[in-house]
Formats: sequence, structure tokens, C-alpha cells
Amino acid sequence: MPETETPTGERATTTLLVALGVSLVCSSLVASAAVVLKPRQEANRLREVQRNILEVSGLEGTVRLDEEGLERVEVRVIDLQEGTYVEVDPTGFDPAEAAKDPETSVAVPPEIDRARIGRRAKWGVVYLVRSESDELERIILPVSGQGLWSTMYGFIALEMDGNTIAAVTFYEHGETPGLGDQIADPSWRSQWEGKQVFDQEGRVRFEVAKGAVSDSDPLSTHRVDGISGATLTGNGVTHLIRYWLGDHGYGPYLDSFQGKGTP
Amino acid sequence: MKSEARRALVEPIVDNNPVTLHVLGVCSALAVTTALLPSLYMALALTSVAALANAAVSAIRRLLPNSIRIIVQMTIIASLVIVVEQLLRAFAYDISRELSVFVGLIITNCIVLGRTESFASKNPVGLSFLDGIGNGLGYSVVLILVAGTRELLGAGTLLGFTILPTVAEGGWYEPNGMMLLPPSAFFVIGLMIWAVRSWKAEQVEKPEFRISEVHRTEALQ
Repeated sequence: MPETETPTGERATTTLLVALGVSLVCSSLVASAAVVLKPRQEANRLREVQRNILEVSGLEGTVRLDEEGLERVEVRVIDLQEGTYVEVDPTGFDPAEAAKDPETSVAVPPEIDRARIGRRAKWGVVYLVRSESDELERIILPVSGQGLWSTMYGFIALEMDGNTIAAVTFYEHGETPGLGDQIADPSWRSQWEGKQVFDQEGRVRFEVAKGAVSDSDPLSTHRVDGISGATLTGNGVTHLIRYWLGDHGYGPYLDSFQGKGTP
Repeated sequence: MKSEARRALVEPIVDNNPVTLHVLGVCSALAVTTALLPSLYMALALTSVAALANAAVSAIRRLLPNSIRIIVQMTIIASLVIVVEQLLRAFAYDISRELSVFVGLIITNCIVLGRTESFASKNPVGLSFLDGIGNGLGYSVVLILVAGTRELLGAGTLLGFTILPTVAEGGWYEPNGMMLLPPSAFFVIGLMIWAVRSWKAEQVEKPEFRISEVHRTEALQ
């Protein structure tokens, strides 16, 4: 076979060999870095999740965060469809893994899947926050859904009426820096406090508005200000809240609390 | 040889600074400089990528076919950047969240590719490594000065420690909120380039053309 030459006068085999060699070295470098560092990164991620649970729990400053998990925050597994507790050890249950297995998950009907979740686990994890006198104070629910670029993961904490929002946080997302990533901004999140999720008929009415919410807006108790330049991220937040707090999400579970449907 | 090494290391810091003279790598210099701490990590990340990429490209410079040299350089740079990003995520998680995409964007930072292409592909490994460190330091100096200025004037702190007690905390300093917004980085870098060029007049570019003065009455004719 005659040697072919590139226009710059090199032999094609040399070019291919160099390209192959560089790719091999570089890919093994990247792969080994990813594998070696994964446990540490996972631990960091877990700590970040716990920090966020602590933030929405309203306990910040009163309890300490340690490897054992959170004191005064009880982790329970629920059956989402029935809205009842399932007696399993929550540490052994991973909703993300369960959502991949057809046995333990259900498909979200496309007509209500505006948050583009696809499948969700049949069971869900909830966090119950207790006061010092052991009374239930808040319910923390994990939520997730598509924003503009990425899947956004967060927690929403509700008061014990199962309707009033106590706090919200988004701990993982890949939204546009400077625009969509404002969903993680404390001052934006603080306006969620006290908003009502459900209307009198028990439908989820919460939404991220377009622009600012005026006081004269009849739905102002259900709305928070939109973020300029981040309409699609805001829509994603609306969709994920409406899905997860709706009938296909935590709705049946929240029915067991008093406030749903009361103003 | 010794003076050559010194030159490769020291010259890019002021006399041949990639940001103030060549105006390269400005994008990230604008984006990450609201506070000093993330800027330090960013400077460290870029310096290590520039030095290692230079050394790697220099090591294979004789084998490197001309027709694929840019893509090979990009592959090396991209791999190094991914490794640095993974390291940050494992060992400096909060900083990596703050820097978000900008560590990944080192791949497209013209300083790195500029040095591998113009220097490392023609010079020995040791010298190229030093050149990478030198250019990284040049970038770092600018980043640290801009970030220091912005954090000090915008929040009254440096590395989170209060230097100028703000009015909100019962002090006397009214922080300049604009310093925390992206445009202020433009002003600070612009002022810095002006200062450097007043100090070292040889860095001023020759005008490419001159606007000729026309008397108003001539223009009317």
C-alpha cells in the first residue's frame, strides 16, 4: 500500500498514530481522575444535600450537622400514590435508583409531565422536622424537574397545614450563571415564605410569575416574582412545584394534613 | 540559558502580560473577580493548566504533525482542565460551585492555547513549563488585583475579613455596590491597562490609522 501524504507533507499513519496516542493518554488521565475522586465528590454532594435540608428545616443554628444525619429531622419513606408511610429503613432507599427500575417506579403521564421527569419512584422520601417539645413543625419534600438547561433539584418545606410554604432551596442545577442561577439566591427564595401552594378547591396554584407580583393581584398569595432574563427557568420551577405537590406527586400525602383547601 | 529561563518566567508578569498587553483571557477575568478567594483558585487552576499543557505540548512537539497540531493541543488542554475541575469538586466543593462554568471555560481561554501554540511547540520542555507558569502568574496578578479592588470597594472585605467596616455593620464605609456587578471589572481592568501603559510607554500600540483634521469650512465645500 503506498503511503498517503497529507497536504502538509506528513505521512497519514504518523498523524493517526499521534492522534491515537494522545487520545489514549488523555482519556485515561480523565477517566482515572473521575474514578479516583468520585467518593470524595459524592461525600461533598451528600453534605451539600444535608446542608440544604438543614437550611429549609428552620433549625439552622440550633442543631449541628454531622455524618449521622440531622438530629430532630426524621426521615420517612412514603408511598406516593397512597399517601401513607412505608415502614422501611430510609437509609437503604434511594429514589433516584428506584426511579430507574420499572419494578419500583411509574411513568409520569406525558400530559401532566411538564417538568419532564419521565419516571418517578413509587415511593418518596419526606423529612419531618420536630420542635424541641417533639411536635411536628415542618414537612420537607424533595422536588426536581427540568429547567432551561438542566435538571434542578431542591427541597420545599411546608408548614404543618401542608399548604403554607416555609422555605425553599435549590441545591443542584445548571442554569445560566447570573440569570437562571438566581433561583438559588437567598433573597429570591425568601419571598416564597408564607405563600400558599393550594387554592380553596385544593388545586396547586403556586407559580413563578412573569415579572413582579403586585399586591393587587388576586393570586398574589400563590405567586412569587419572576427573574428577569430567566423566564424558562422560572417556568421550570413552576412546573416542578405543580407536579410534585399535585395529585401525582405528594398530593395524596399532603391530604392527610389539615390545611389543604382552606384559605 | 539561565537568563532565558528567567525571562520566560518573569517577562509575562508585567512586561509581556497576557491580559494587560495582549488583552487575552479577559472573559474569565471579568466573571470571577467579585471576590478574592474564588479568584485565587481560578488563578491557581489556570496557572497549573497553562504550565502542564505547555510542558506536555513541548514534550511531543517533534512528533506532532502540523495538520492536527491545534486539535491535539486542545485535547491536552481540555483533559487537564477536566482533571482540575474534578480536583476542585473533590477538595474545594464550595469554591467549585461558585466558579461554576468558568473553570471549564479555561479550555477556551486564549492564554493557554496561545502559549502552547506560539511558545511550547518551538521550545524545550523545561522552558515551556516556566513560560506556562509565567503567563499563569501574569494572569493571576491581574485577577488578584481586580478581585481585591472589587471585593474591597464593593463589600469592604478581603478574603471575607473586614478591612473597611461598612455602615450596615456600624462602621463608616458605604460599600460601592456597582463594584460587585460585572461592568465594574471592565472599568478596573481598563484603568489597570491605562496605568501599566503610562508606566511602560513602549506597551502603547502604534495607531493603525490617523483621523485627519479637516477644517469645518473645507468639509462644507
